[in-house]
Amino acid sequence: MRNIFLFIRRYFNFLLFLLLQVVSIYFIVHYSKYHQAMFGNSANKITGRVNNEYNKVEYYFRLKRTNDSLVKANENLYNKLRMDFDVPDTVSKTVIDTIRIDSLLQYRNYIYLNSKVVSNSITSQNNFIVLYGPNVRKFKPQMGVIDVNNSLMGTIMEVNDDYAVVMSMLHKDSRIDGKILKTGETGTVTWDGKTPNLLTLSGIPKSVKVAKGDTIITSGSSTVFPRGIMIGRVEAVYSEKSTSNYSISVRSATDFYNLQYAYTIINFQQEPVEKILEKVKKQQEEGNIKK
Amino acid sequence: MSLLVKTIVRFILFILFQFYVLDKIQLHQMVTPYLYFLFILWLPFKMKRGWLMLMGFALGFALDSFRHHPGFHAAACVLIAYVRPFLVNLMIPQEGFETNYEAPSVKSMGGLLPYMIFAGTLCLLHNTWLFLLEAWQFGNVWYFVVKTLLSTAVSLVLIIITELIFVRKQKFKTNTI
Repeated sequence: MRNIFLFIRRYFNFLLFLLLQVVSIYFIVHYSKYHQAMFGNSANKITGRVNNEYNKVEYYFRLKRTNDSLVKANENLYNKLRMDFDVPDTVSKTVIDTIRIDSLLQYRNYIYLNSKVVSNSITSQNNFIVLYGPNVRKFKPQMGVIDVNNSLMGTIMEVNDDYAVVMSMLHKDSRIDGKILKTGETGTVTWDGKTPNLLTLSGIPKSVKVAKGDTIITSGSSTVFPRGIMIGRVEAVYSEKSTSNYSISVRSATDFYNLQYAYTIINFQQEPVEKILEKVKKQQEEGNIKK
Repeated sequence: MSLLVKTIVRFILFILFQFYVLDKIQLHQMVTPYLYFLFILWLPFKMKRGWLMLMGFALGFALDSFRHHPGFHAAACVLIAYVRPFLVNLMIPQEGFETNYEAPSVKSMGGLLPYMIFAGTLCLLHNTWLFLLEAWQFGNVWYFVVKTLLSTAVSLVLIIITELIFVRKQKFKTNTI
């Protein structure tokens, strides 16, 4: 017993060093899984407040660029208005309905809620975006986030009272189902951790004709994003030697260098769909045990 | 200013400067400028190694919580805090020098060159361990090596500039009357 104490006393520094290293590496490995841990939340509140103050200054200096992107978003919306299209048939005649105006509401699948970006990073290999605003309380993990020009930013990881942390597309664990608009093939969009704004689309077979400039959109096969949200455009096409797939380099439509506002997409079908999926999984597991 | 107040102020300033100034600079994808660990280099000679490591851990953890992924910088800072006393013992030019001065600086290490070797070694260790942990999943050796070396070079330039702008007055303390 005495020897153990002597040993600890003698190598106290080295043991402390090992202990602290193990704690750090434990954080690295386990944080992405258990991000609701107590550290995450209390740290968020302090850093969130500092970020907020800093963003007030930064926002002022970027007003011009923010304004430009809002003008572009508005232009897009104006171009989608009904009155822009002249349809020479009688089907689209405007009729004023006498039923309540909100009758559309019950068919609504998605709703977009705005929030302010208070912190954003692009330099590290795991990048996060922090959102702030009155709507943040309605957010939940696994909801999709897009920027003002309707292009994809990331998914929400963690929400506390005032702040939501978003896993940016520029994160090594980010996996998003992408689809080539022209041909309809689906693949997975990831980030290789090097250049911001350059993503990788993998899983597209070599039989598909892909050209530079092709649009990549979300496939809509998950409950996180609706179909057709812009991810980016093809920058270059490389063929993988060992497989029959292409590795496609995609320039992201979102300008990650300048993010000021974000829209979070709430999918009203997310809950029922996930419930049913869980049920099926459970049934299969039970079936496996019986066999 | 007492040592405690000075340390706390330095801690806050280094973290804020690192996250809000240096992290926003886009030099190149291969270069990530780091300066915040200069805090550990500036801690006094007298400080016990255990406390050094705890301070390093706190510093790294503070930066990590701004970046929303704890562990990376904490691990790197603990490593350099652990290695610092060995280096000080190696680099000190004569017996009893650390009792004459308070903390490592260009003057107390006896010239710019020894101090730069001291800072450069710790900087290289910090970057190597940090990028190694970050690059674990990406696994490209050349990318890792080049990024470490370039970032270290940029960090060293930053350290020299900081030392030139903020000259720390070092009193020559001696007990021989």
